[in-house]
Formats: sequence, structure tokens, C-alpha cells
Amino acid sequence: MNLLTVSGSPHVYTEESVSKIMYGVLFSLIPAALVSFYFFGLAAIMVTLTAIVSCMFFEFIIQKYLIKGPVTVFDGSAIITGALLAFIVPASLPLWMVVIGSLVSIGMAKMTFGGLGKNIFNPALVGRVFLMISFPVEMNLYPKPTSFSTQLTDIITGPTPLAVVKEGVAQGEKVSDLLPEVPEYVNLLMGNMGGSVGEISAFAILLGGIYMLIKKIITWEIPASYLGSVVILAGILWMIDPEVYVDPLFHLVTGGLMLGAIYMATDMVTSPMSRWGMIVYGIGCGFLTIVIRIFGAYPEGVAFAILIMNAFVPLINRGFKPKRFGEEVKNG
Amino acid sequence: MKTFKLGGVHPPENKLSQSATIEVLPLPETVTIPLSQHLGVPANPVVKKGDSVKAGQLIAKGEAFISANIHSSVSGTVQKIDDVTDTSGYRKKAIVIKVEGDEWEEGIDLSKDLIKDITLSPKEIVSRVNEKGIVGMGGATFPSHVKLMVPQGKTAEFLIINGVECEPYLTSDHRLMLEKAEEMLVGIQIQMRALNVEKAIIGIENNKPDAIEHLRKLLTEYPGISVEPLKVKYPQGGEKQLIKALVNREVPSGRLPIEVGCVVHNVGTSFAVYEAVQKNKPLVDRVVTVTGKGLKEPSNFLVRIGTPIANLVEAAGGMPENTGKVVNGGPMMGKSLSDINVPVTKGTSGILLFLQAETSRKPVHNCIRCGRCASICPMGLEPYLLAVLSSHNRFEDCEEEKIMDCIECGSCLYICPSGRPLLDQIRIGKNETGKLIRSRHK
Repeated sequence: MNLLTVSGSPHVYTEESVSKIMYGVLFSLIPAALVSFYFFGLAAIMVTLTAIVSCMFFEFIIQKYLIKGPVTVFDGSAIITGALLAFIVPASLPLWMVVIGSLVSIGMAKMTFGGLGKNIFNPALVGRVFLMISFPVEMNLYPKPTSFSTQLTDIITGPTPLAVVKEGVAQGEKVSDLLPEVPEYVNLLMGNMGGSVGEISAFAILLGGIYMLIKKIITWEIPASYLGSVVILAGILWMIDPEVYVDPLFHLVTGGLMLGAIYMATDMVTSPMSRWGMIVYGIGCGFLTIVIRIFGAYPEGVAFAILIMNAFVPLINRGFKPKRFGEEVKNG
Repeated sequence: MKTFKLGGVHPPENKLSQSATIEVLPLPETVTIPLSQHLGVPANPVVKKGDSVKAGQLIAKGEAFISANIHSSVSGTVQKIDDVTDTSGYRKKAIVIKVEGDEWEEGIDLSKDLIKDITLSPKEIVSRVNEKGIVGMGGATFPSHVKLMVPQGKTAEFLIINGVECEPYLTSDHRLMLEKAEEMLVGIQIQMRALNVEKAIIGIENNKPDAIEHLRKLLTEYPGISVEPLKVKYPQGGEKQLIKALVNREVPSGRLPIEVGCVVHNVGTSFAVYEAVQKNKPLVDRVVTVTGKGLKEPSNFLVRIGTPIANLVEAAGGMPENTGKVVNGGPMMGKSLSDINVPVTKGTSGILLFLQAETSRKPVHNCIRCGRCASICPMGLEPYLLAVLSSHNRFEDCEEEKIMDCIECGSCLYICPSGRPLLDQIRIGKNETGKLIRSRHK
């Protein structure tokens, strides 16, 4: 008779696995990718592929030759980092810079901390901020959307809608005079504007977000509290003076807010564990995003806002515990 | 539909044996009756080697407050009283009896007649339940008479009857509710009288609609008892979760259900109470589900205590060749066995056979901090944190994070996408934290 296995309970396990979650996230990114390939053409495809391949390559090299441990490049997490990094840089960015961004994302932000699950900061955002500081010129040129462009060089670039409004207001112009200079809201929602590869279409990103909510890959707390606090804060400022502060809807559909709120801030590894922790973290992200967008030096504040809140996650986890059973006795 | 609020999971139900009627298993050649089949102090033997015993005869006495009497489940000769491997895998003292015929102790009513009139007083009921060795049949095996005595200064308002059977695969309680419903209802009335309560609620998950309907039809004759269908969610059969689901009260951390006016008994226990009080029959047999995907005939058997588990497996079609694991109990909380020649005890609700392909755990990956373990923990704990604290020997922090509240339901290990051994580490942590707490009282 063969020997029986003896192990602790439970004896059944969910079908869910790390790679299933990761590939679920990747699948949900398809609408956003398609929109960006439509508006930025071949250049967007090249940037995305370069980032994915180099992220996987660097993870492989580091795991195989530096750490000499198990290689997990196909668990999907490096692919996500690559895709998300590509989504938050301009499609016109030279590919060698994309490679450097990938090295920073994987090498510095992920593997130095111990690999998947151990990093404090979102790897894709670290890569982006590194590129922003190192190559400020290239990182501030955003291609104008066309359809199915195959152009890879001499792409026509221009400022993003957020930058148009921010600079205009800084020079004393009125918001109502500036808005005609940017695409209409429907176009902004669908992604017909200058911006980073995958962040332009709030609509496509929302589709992906709904898919992830249904599949229970993410929960509602972080996106809702993040977007909600942006709307409330921007709304208060807008009601104070609509000629200085642009309306909240504009904030929602421009820049990297939607991608940040649905994909970056919800990164499991770098966000809080408990429901109230997630809500506090989301509000913090929303608050910092508006503060940087309106009062900071950069037109866009999503990347910094999330990275700053990432740093607070261990404290939030300590301060906001789940409600324990039988702790507060409510009877009746 | 009612359920508990905090956490919970829904593993595939796999109730393969739910339509298999309860069959009486033939007597084995020998029975091995452990002296410790209940929570608390082991019973002391009152027979010796060579004695002949009858079925239903007292063979070991539970002398401590939390202990239980043990009766012979067969008639025959005591072969030895010795250390024998039991379902826990440890060698513990047991009485081995060679079966000869099937002669019962006098005064035990073996007829199938339903006796509805309850003649005993509350005190007499408690002492009868004690005398007949009744323990919690859901698996925890806590001596039942202790739970029928309300501590001074407390009052019981509700008798909660656990017909949830939230463990996947298991169907013994389900079959009992269908086939022995009236006996069980009389048993509940007996318990109500002992506890002096007006209301009893039977909680049943709505994956057993036939049991809910069957009991509801009978209820008109049993005032004070109601049936409440519950949404299927594990671990709803946990005492604290069931109370929360049925009467929306939360048992405070570290306290007992009586604190919120509730006493919880299992449907199997209610049936055993009926037999003890109305039929004078001690707890010498029970219903056991034998199930598994590779098994020819997943079944429910009425088995004498002490029967080797191998006999049950044989009766259900034999052990499939590619069996990888055998579990005593359900898949979420049951204990795996190293040997199937160990005896059925009072707490054996099911025998579950897993094929080799179902046996291994998932490969372990890094924790990706997805927080699923914390969101499904029915006690509102943070399993990922407790597991890390425990593996770093930080038991004072474990205590602070309420590790002792863990009910070991296994939901965290079940749900973890990284296959981390969360509950294994938490168990070690609970053990060490328990030692730490006890050392302070010395």
C-alpha cells in the first residue's frame, strides 16, 4: 500500500494563484492598450513591447545570475510592471530610455527589496519618476494623437491638456478662455488627447477597472476614495473661483489619474490591507494629486502622490486594523 | 437570507453522498474504544482484561468535571487495555473488545418507537446526558452535560441548533435531519427543558432545501422551535459565526456563547440526547459520511464507536488505488490520517479520501500582500501578519494581534493565492502564545 500524506488542515485550496491574478490584470489592460495603439500607432506598440521585454530580461538576469535563486519571469508581475511603465511615458520616448526605465523599475524598485511582494514603492512609478528627473525634455514632449500612425521619428508633439491649463492659469489667463484650446470632454474621455501611452483613455481604463472589480482582483475602496476625494477637493476649489480652478470633471478625464487610481494605487503589494486603511490611503492619494496639480511645480501629480502614499502604507497598516470579531460588543 | 457578516469563503460543496440513505454498518471483529474521545480529562476504565461486556455497558468513567463516560459499543470480551494509535496519530489508552454476538445491557430501548413525552426534570436530564457519555457530535466533542448547565448569574435565551454542516463533502447531519427529524426535534425539546429556554432555532444552510422543508412541516407539533435557512458560507458552523448569523449577537473575544444568552448544540448531539433521555441508550454509535471523488459509493453509515475506519472505507467500495490522503472530518478542519486502521470515535463526522492529484498543496510563493486572508478571516484577524509574527517568534505581538481568537477554520490557507502555510504558522504561534499567557499566571 502506498503511504498517505499527512498535513495540516485545510485540505482543499482555491484555484486562484499569483499568476492567475497577474494575467487577469494584464487582460484588463487590453482596452487601454488598443486605444493607445490607435492614437499613437506603431510608436506606442514599440514602447510597450520594449518595456515588457526589458523588464522580463532584467528580472531574469538578476534572479538567475545575481541572486542565483528561482526565476519567476513568467509569473506575470514583470510583464505588468513593463506594461504599466510603458503606459505612463510618452510614446515618443527613445527606446533606450525605456530600457533604462525598466532597469530602474525592476532592478531598483523591485528586486533590491527582495522581489515580488517585498517592494515598498510601485516599481513602474519609480521607473517613471527616475526618467522624469533624468530626461526632463523627452519626458515632457507628448505626441499629438493621430490614427494608426506608423511614424517612429519626428513625431509632432505638444503639451498635455493639464499643462495647457496649468501654464495658462499661471500666466493669468482665465480657465474659460483656456478650455477651448484643449479637446472637448468627450474626446478627453475617449483618449483623443496628448498624453502618455496608456493613460489617455479614461473610458478604456474604466472598462478594465470594472473587469478587475468583477473578477475580484481589486476592491472598490481605493479607486472610489481616490477619485472621490479628487472630485470633492477640485469641486471645492472650482466653486471658489471657476476662472482660476478648472472643474473636477476635467481632472478626472485628463492626465494619469484614472490609470493611477485603478492600476497604480491598487497595486496589492504597495497598498494597505484593511478596508479603512485603503480608504485613508485613497484619500491621501487624491489630496496630494490635487495639491501637486494645482499648487506644485508639475502639471501632473499622480505619480508622486501615489509614491508618497506608498511610503505611508506600513504606518497605515499599523493604525487601521480590520474590525475584530467580538471586539466592540453590539447586541440586539 | 441570513448569514454572518465578517469574512467567510465558499469552497466547492462536493456533497457527493447527500442522497445516500443511512446504512447500518455490520459489526466488526474487534472494536478499539479510546478513553479520550472528548475534550477534557480521559475517562478511567472500570473493566479489566478478560471481562465480558454487553453493548451499552459503562466501561470507563469520566470523573473530572470536563470529561465523559464511555460505554461499550458491542458485546464481547475485553482483550486488552493498552496504548493504541488513534485518529490523532498519537498512541493513547484504549479498551479493545473482541465482538461476540450483539447482546445489549438491560433497560435500553432499541425499538424504533418515537417517544414524545418528556418525563425527566431539568436536573435529571443533565445527569442522564452526563451518565450516557454524550459529547458534541459536530467534531469538537465537548461534553454536552456541561453545556446544558447554565452557570450561575447567566441566563440562556436561545438554544441554537447547528444543522449548518458548512464543511464541504460532509452529509451526516443532513441525512440525520431527513431520516431522524422527529427524534431530533424531541431531543431539542429535552435540551430546551434542561436550559429553561423558550426558543430554539435550527440553522441550516440553504444547500439542504429538503431538510429545511421536511423540518418545517414537522414544526407545528413542536412549539418554540424554528428553522432558519442560511446563505451557504464557510465557517457558518463555527459557534460564534452561527450565533451572529441567527440572532445577530457577537460573542466577546475569549468568552463563551452563554455570555450573549446562547447555547449551541449540533443536530447529531440532539439526536444522541433523545436516545439517552427517552431510550436510555448511551452514545455507542454515530452517523459517519464516507466520501471522496475516487470512491465508488460515497455513503452515510451508522457505525458503532471503535469500528476500524478501514471497515467503513471497504463498505463504501474500497480504497481507490491512487488515494493520496485520508482525512478524519471535513476538508477544511479535518485531520489527515497516517493509517486507516484507527477507530471511529464520538467525534468522527466523516472520512474523506483524496486522490493523489488532489493531495498536494500549491507551490509557495512570496506573499503579494493582496490582503485576501484578512478580508475573509471570520474573526477579523490578519493572518498574513500573525504568520510572520509567529515565524519570527514574536509571541507577545501575536497576543496583541489576537492570535488566540483564531478558530483555525482554515479559510486563510484555503484562499491564499501564493499558497502560503498561514494556518500552520498561526497554529505554532497559538501554541507558543498560549504557553506565554499561562506562564504569567504561575
